[in-house]
Amino acid sequence: MTEASETLKTTPLHSLHLELKGKMVPFAGYDMPVQYPLGILKEHQHTRAKAGLFDVSHMGQVRLTGEDPAAALESLVPGDIKGLARGRMRYTLFLNEQGGILDDLMVTNAGDHLFLVVNAARKDHDVAHMRERLKGKVEVELLDDLALMALQGPEAAAVLGRFIPEAATMKFMSCLPATFNGIPVIVTRSGYTGEDGYEISCDKSDAETIARALLAEEEVEAIGLGARDSLRLEAGLCLYGHDIDETTTPVEAGLEWALSKRRREEGGFPGYEIIKDQLANGAPRRRVGIQPEGRQPAREHTDICDADGRKIGEVTSGGFGPTASAPVAMGYVDRAHAAVDTPVQLMVRGKPLAGKVAAMPFVPQRYYRG
Amino acid sequence: MTIKYTKDHEWVRVEGDVGTVGVSDHAQHQLGDVVFVELPEVGRQLQQGKEAAVVESVKAASDVFAPVSGEVIEANADLENDPSLVNAGAETTGWFFKLRLSNPAELDGLMDEAAYQAFVEGQA
Repeated sequence: MTEASETLKTTPLHSLHLELKGKMVPFAGYDMPVQYPLGILKEHQHTRAKAGLFDVSHMGQVRLTGEDPAAALESLVPGDIKGLARGRMRYTLFLNEQGGILDDLMVTNAGDHLFLVVNAARKDHDVAHMRERLKGKVEVELLDDLALMALQGPEAAAVLGRFIPEAATMKFMSCLPATFNGIPVIVTRSGYTGEDGYEISCDKSDAETIARALLAEEEVEAIGLGARDSLRLEAGLCLYGHDIDETTTPVEAGLEWALSKRRREEGGFPGYEIIKDQLANGAPRRRVGIQPEGRQPAREHTDICDADGRKIGEVTSGGFGPTASAPVAMGYVDRAHAAVDTPVQLMVRGKPLAGKVAAMPFVPQRYYRG
Repeated sequence: MTIKYTKDHEWVRVEGDVGTVGVSDHAQHQLGDVVFVELPEVGRQLQQGKEAAVVESVKAASDVFAPVSGEVIEANADLENDPSLVNAGAETTGWFFKLRLSNPAELDGLMDEAAYQAFVEGQA
C-alpha cells in the first residue's frame, strides 16, 4: 500500500484531507478521501440535509480555444454546443464510431472559450482525442493549475451566497466568474448528487483557503468519494467506466436527453447512424433502476435474471441508499424486461434475491429552478 | 469465560461448549456503516476458517469466517432489523451467531485480547 501510494498523484487539498483525517484510497491515479471520520452514511445524509464540500480536483478541467470551438466540438459529441448561450453549460458525451461512450463531460460557454470538465480517469484520453480529432481547429489546454470543489446540498446556496451574493440566484447549469473573499473563482450551478449546489474552480494555490472558509460555515461538512458515489447512485446518475463505457450507447444508457434536438436531426457526430436507428426502433438493452427487496444490496456485476432464472442483464452500480433507506442499483437489461415494475431475480452470492425494475431517480432531484 | 480473536478479525466468546461469534470493534471501524448482515441458518455445520456469514457495509460486502468449528444454534435476529448494531456494539449486542463447538482445541490457535490488540497495532 505504501508503495502504491508513492506513485499516486495528489490534489491541492491533499494535506487538508489528511488533517481532517480522511481515509485515503487510490482513485483514478489520485490519493483521495473515500470518507472522513463522520462516515459514508452520515456524510451522505448530511449532504442531503445541509451541505457537503467535495474535492473534485482530480477531474480534468480543459479549455478549448480557436475560431469556432463549439462547431469543432460538435463533431465529437451529440449535444447542441453551438446553441449554448454565453454563461450556460450542458452535459454531453464523447462518442466513438459505434455510438459508444468514450466519456461524459460538462461543457460551458465561457465567452471567448469553451470550458470542459471531464472524468479524472479519462482526462488524458479526452485531451489526446480532441487534439487528434480537432487538430488545426482548436487549441486544447488541460488546466492542471486549477482546483475544483463541489458544494452540494439544500443549504449550499445560503452558504455560498454569504461569500458571493449573486451565486444564490444564478440559474441551474449556468456559470459565473466571481470573487470569493477577493479570490478569483469560476462558479457553476451544477453537481452530481441530485441536490442543488455548485462547482467552484480556482487556482490550486487558493483551493485550501476557500475550502477552509466553506468548512468553517456550520452547515458544511467535508464529504468523501464514498458518499459521492451513493449520492449520485440514488440520483440515478451514471458513473463512467461502470454504468456507461465504450460498449454502451446513449440510447441504451437512457441518456436520450443528452441528444439535443437539432443534433438528432442533423447528425454530424460519431455513431450517428446507429443512434438514429436506436432512437427510432429502440435499443436492444436499456439501463434501468433496480430495487432489490429487503435490505440486502445487489452490487456491481450481479447477474440480473428473469422470473425463470434466465440471465437478462447485469448490475453496473449497486449499494445501499442511505436516503432511500433501502438497497438501490442500476444495470442493463434486455429491452423486453425494461418496463418499470418488471420482477427480476438478482443472483447474490449464488442465491436469487427478488427485486424489480424501478424508476429512477430513487430520491427526487432537487435542482434550483429559480 | 474466554474471548479469542482471529487474524480475520472475528471474535468468539466461549461459555461451556457454546461460542458466541462476532466481528471485532476494529473490524467494524474498518468496515464502516453496516447495512446488512447475512447470518448462517440454525443447524448449519461450520468449519473453522470457512465462510460463515457476510457483512455488508455501505462500501462493500465482506466474508465473515468461522473462528472455530461447530453447529449453529442461534443467529442474532436483532441484526436483521438493525444491522447498525454491529457498529454500535461489535463485541456486545452486535454478535452474529452462537455455535456448539465441535473441537474446542481449535481455541488454542487463536489470539487472546492482548495478542489481538498487538496484532491490530502491528497491521496499522
